[in-house]
Amino acid sequence: MVAAADSDGALAGKGGAVTVRAPIPLFRKPSVIPGFGLTLGFTLTYLSFIVLIPLAALILRSSSLGWGGFWSAVTTPRVIAAFEVSFGLSFAAALTNAVFGFLVAWVLVRYDFPGKRLVDALVDLPFALPTAVAGIALSALYAPNGWLGKPLNELFGLKVAFTPLGIAIALTFIGLPFVVRTVQPILQDLPAEEEEAAASLGASRFQTFRSVILPAVLPALVTGFALSFARGVGEYGSVIFIAGNMPGLTEIVPLLIVIKLEQYDYAGAAAVGTAMLGVSFLMLLILNLLQQWMRSRHAR
Amino acid sequence: MSLRRLTLLAAGLTLAWLGVAAADSKDALLNVSYDPTREFYVEFNKAFAKKWEAETGRALTVRQSHGGSGKQARSVIDGLDADIVTLALGYDIDAIADAGLLPKDWQSRLPNNSAPYTSTIVFLVKKGNPKGIKDWNDLVKPGVQVITPNPKTSGGARWNYLAAWAYALQANGGDETKAKEFVSQLLKNVPVLDSGARGSTVTFTQREIGDVLLAWENEAYLSLQEFGADKFEIVVPSLSILAEPPVAVVDKVVDRKGTRKVAEAYLQFLYTREGQEIAAKNYYRPRLPELATQYAGRFADVKLVTIDQFGGWRAAQEKHFSDGGVFDQIFQKGR
Repeated sequence: MVAAADSDGALAGKGGAVTVRAPIPLFRKPSVIPGFGLTLGFTLTYLSFIVLIPLAALILRSSSLGWGGFWSAVTTPRVIAAFEVSFGLSFAAALTNAVFGFLVAWVLVRYDFPGKRLVDALVDLPFALPTAVAGIALSALYAPNGWLGKPLNELFGLKVAFTPLGIAIALTFIGLPFVVRTVQPILQDLPAEEEEAAASLGASRFQTFRSVILPAVLPALVTGFALSFARGVGEYGSVIFIAGNMPGLTEIVPLLIVIKLEQYDYAGAAAVGTAMLGVSFLMLLILNLLQQWMRSRHAR
Repeated sequence: MSLRRLTLLAAGLTLAWLGVAAADSKDALLNVSYDPTREFYVEFNKAFAKKWEAETGRALTVRQSHGGSGKQARSVIDGLDADIVTLALGYDIDAIADAGLLPKDWQSRLPNNSAPYTSTIVFLVKKGNPKGIKDWNDLVKPGVQVITPNPKTSGGARWNYLAAWAYALQANGGDETKAKEFVSQLLKNVPVLDSGARGSTVTFTQREIGDVLLAWENEAYLSLQEFGADKFEIVVPSLSILAEPPVAVVDKVVDRKGTRKVAEAYLQFLYTREGQEIAAKNYYRPRLPELATQYAGRFADVKLVTIDQFGGWRAAQEKHFSDGGVFDQIFQKGR
């Protein structure tokens, strides 16, 4: 998804890319990596071992419950509450990242300032840091006696750690790089002349943003949003320390799966995992379609 | 370096590693345990290795693995090569037995239900006990924050929960409805449910959340040692539960690895005077009567109920902690 957005944006931005964009005959096109049959075969085998077989095993495991058992395993009030927490807060976190990640990307692309490379590198930190370490650090910071938690609590009466807000913060933290790193290359390729042209034609700053910048960036932004969202839904390590883990209130779906495993209920855990997978897949599909639609509109 | 050379090197390294691993498996044990036993087994392993070498002339390494009791049991079921399991609850070893790794009657193979040391649940409060917490009924008062891990994920938390339940039963003349109300009231005072005993200890001692921590007795003493008796103190309730963390040899693994003899000797050493003494020093209650009297000053005299009062672990698990059990019911209505 990222690659598609990148190359598309990059190609659209450069005039000389016409030859590549011409329709490609499926088998005649000479390619650097030889053998379509071989590469496709490898791709399918590789994907099977890394993605398809594990996921199939998950679904197979939950199928031992039967349809009725599956349904009752994933529709208990507690599971539903956890779904609301996981999906709702991931959505909120992804939305936050879409807005502020865009800003970060904008600043990194359009301005020069001392220490810019450092800031640029900092963005990737949530990728590299073990999530449990992030979780412990965040909960220590935002705990009622922590550096940030204490003033927030005393000044605004705001409790962060061990509330849904704490979960949202952890999910925002781990999702940030996805938005910045998908939007950044698009912004980089967006010629400043287009903005200048818009300005010279009398467009206001907001109009320029709305009609020139946003349409070009939006598909990448949606991709970043979707990635950040998907990451948040499955996140365990960073959330578990800051969440408080109260059933029905601050309990996330991945914790519920761990709890079921803890009771040796493998099938139940697989059922919840399958349901989560299904919902995630559906949401990513919708976002993907949305993105395609936007891109076709923009191309027009 | 050419590809061929690299392959050769890799193959050589793999062979060397296999060789080391094979030599290693001779007198090496893996003890898979739960969180708060870490310090105890470090000391115990040293003593046993010394004794084993003196008796047989063979060096011994004992590796330790710690984590939530249930998670540890699951790792063993899924193939972690544990020669020995020393877990928080009989129920977790039962699960390993259900998977066919050791016989179902494992608990009768060693004295005292295969639990060489015991412990109990006590309260850890801030120095001076500002909320005046003396007993279980102080924990249900409004405004008192109680820290305990999640019974669904922590063996220790299940002991906590059952101890509270036993107290409530006793206080209400055996009325189950009232006991449920009491425990539900207590859980309402819990602001954070960590997934393991160590997590809760950190929440209470380092994040400074809550007024009282329900903890293993040995974990509470460790906290005093670590943070100083000027910050926390231990309150012993009028009634608590006799926690019996059991131990067992994993037959399937020791027979495959040829470590049965040393593994059995290891567990028997837990029952000897020396083993019991190390346990007592680490604040586990020893079983040996003469040591129990020797270390009597160390452990508060408290009325203890046993898991038998709940009909054993399988029954307790089924009734309270399984899906839709009492714990789930408490959290389902009105929070």
